[in-house]
Amino acid sequence: MSPAKNTKTNSEEYLRMYTQMVRIRTFEDNANQLYLTAKMPGLTHMYSGEEAVAVGICEALTDDDKITSTHRGHGHCVAKGANFKQMFCELLGKEEGYCRGKGGSMHIADQSHGNLGANAIVGGSMGIATGAAFTAKLLGKDDVTVCFFGDGATAQGLMYEVMNMAALWNLPVIYACENNGYSEYTRTEEIAAGSITARAEAFGIEAHQVDGQDVLAVNTLAQKLVARARNGEGPFFIELMTYRYHGHHVGDINREYYRTKDEEKHWKEERDPITLFSAWLTKEGIATSEELDAISAGVKDDAKTAVEYALAAKYPDISEVDMHVYAPTDPASLTVGG
Amino acid sequence: MREITLSQAVNEALAEEMRRDPTTFIIGEDVAEAGTPFKVLSGLVEEFGTARVVDTPIAEPGFMGIAVGAAMTGARPIVDLMFGDFIFLIMDQLCNQAAKTHYMSGGRLSVPLVLRTNMGATRRSAAQHSQSLHALVAHIPGLKVAMPSSAYEAKGLMKTAIRENNPVVIFEDKLMYNDKAPVPEEEYLIPFGVANVLREGTDITLIGTSSMVQVCQKAAEILAAENISAEVIDPRTIVPLDEEGLLKSARKTSRVIVVDEGHQSYGVTAEIASRINEKAFYYLDAPVLRMGAMDVPIPFSPALEDITVPTPEGVAANARKLMSGEMIHAA
Ligand SMILES: Cc1ncc(C[n+]2csc(CCOP(=O)(O)OP(=O)(O)O)c2C)c(N)n1
Ligand SMILES: [Mg+2]
Repeated sequence: MSPAKNTKTNSEEYLRMYTQMVRIRTFEDNANQLYLTAKMPGLTHMYSGEEAVAVGICEALTDDDKITSTHRGHGHCVAKGANFKQMFCELLGKEEGYCRGKGGSMHIADQSHGNLGANAIVGGSMGIATGAAFTAKLLGKDDVTVCFFGDGATAQGLMYEVMNMAALWNLPVIYACENNGYSEYTRTEEIAAGSITARAEAFGIEAHQVDGQDVLAVNTLAQKLVARARNGEGPFFIELMTYRYHGHHVGDINREYYRTKDEEKHWKEERDPITLFSAWLTKEGIATSEELDAISAGVKDDAKTAVEYALAAKYPDISEVDMHVYAPTDPASLTVGG
Repeated sequence: MREITLSQAVNEALAEEMRRDPTTFIIGEDVAEAGTPFKVLSGLVEEFGTARVVDTPIAEPGFMGIAVGAAMTGARPIVDLMFGDFIFLIMDQLCNQAAKTHYMSGGRLSVPLVLRTNMGATRRSAAQHSQSLHALVAHIPGLKVAMPSSAYEAKGLMKTAIRENNPVVIFEDKLMYNDKAPVPEEEYLIPFGVANVLREGTDITLIGTSSMVQVCQKAAEILAAENISAEVIDPRTIVPLDEEGLLKSARKTSRVIVVDEGHQSYGVTAEIASRINEKAFYYLDAPVLRMGAMDVPIPFSPALEDITVPTPEGVAANARKLMSGEMIHAA
């Protein structure tokens, strides 16, 4: 793990990062359980294993900063400040969910914390993220946007169009490529020619590669780049090397034809971001393992309560089905001189 | 006769045609070893190798463009687009390039290409993985559009599509992949533009596409118990459309409901209904009704999603209203 900053003054920050990572893992464990017990409609893509990426980055952001998320979006959602109750309600299609049950797992987002949405179109949010950065520049705001996407999404042409413009116009956007080694059932080497960071460098965008299992390394880099982007030095590109523990989605159970059990075991046992960070926290004397266990236990209780709440919560009334197709416009603004 | 799933039927059609014509190849995401997320293509890469079952990066406009170019130069690509919703990504290659090449070249170039994709809601996949977008491509001259309603149909239509010298888009309903139907062992093809009358009737015609054929069939059963005799017709291809076949039935029964899973407005149901109005008006005893998916993005919540698509009960209810002479507007 990376060296500590001033451990005393930063211990609160570290413990929050730890808690957030545990919250993501716990959310996913519960979501998986809901799927396995047929209580969750549809399928979902688990973020387990990649926690340090979302947390390391989002802990460097303010609530005004924006993110765009992906089909594997629960981790980004939690890391950007969402609560369990509304998340589980969304996952189960209930009225109190963040999207009133209209979005579900693939569109889950707590909009009030600057999450512009999870996207079920691979690469589909790259324009949106770059556009959010465009707004910041246009309106003279200092917020920064982080665009999360997978290694597989680097194959989408849209990425190259918007990176070009972001670089031309110095937009405050950070492209965060979560390289988990696979897109669906295919290894990254088979679908990405050349180097991923070099793609950004070709546009003159400063690009970094970082160990996505090391939350401190991710956070330290993110702090620097976010500050510089705020300062008008953007855009930036980060490739975060990580791994997903589950299948591509919860239904992808027999996956030995595309990746070995040994490989999975190696990542889970040697490279787990939460285990690595808890070892570091105890070694640095920031927390005892009992304290960390207590945090985990608290998170598990929260999740249990939220799941029970969501299971009992009501579905949206069917009259909501054609609500929100169009946003309302103030008629007064549509008059001459209005 | 043996029964196989729609998924197996498509797989067989592809395998047979790939054996028959060495210029055919499949291209798309996770089509080879994974055999697609729906496992429709399982086993094909083992027989035809990775040169003819080609895995691509997640680059839909790119591989669609490559397929168009390959089709123009002597190959017969079968493009696999994982979800029908992604058709928006390839619209330029499909509609500006593939659809118009034959015409723009004065007939000198052609694009013998099949785009296999899917449609259908109620799978709890939310707004970007549940759309039925066939009307969008049916609007573009130069493209043919097939909508199989069973395993039998899927095999016969796929074989015809592959031998067609035009770009053909086939929409499979993703909820029907595991549905079984009798499919003969012997080779057969289903011609384009020939509607299939699944059930004869005298009081009302129910025209359905894809999974809506089943919905119409079930509605017809409900109505039969009430002594209403419904005829059920499947156009099979919406381009070309068997207009004569549909008109014949409309003239006979004098009442028609058209059921399709695309959004109701500006869709396939509107097109078919207006053709019947234009050409069978004096035979009709009631306005032709359209029933499509609600004009809303498909919601995730099961409580909302299920009410967005036509159901047998809904079709039967509308049929009763038409029979009783109640003047209604499309539901
Ligand atoms: C445009 C588009 N093409 C294909 C898909 C189907 N799909 C969903 S996730 C995925 C793999 C994405 O891989 P990656 O970007 O590496 O993200 P990961 O799942 O590994 O987090 C694919 C092909 C899609 N949703 N959108
Ligand atoms: Mg990936």
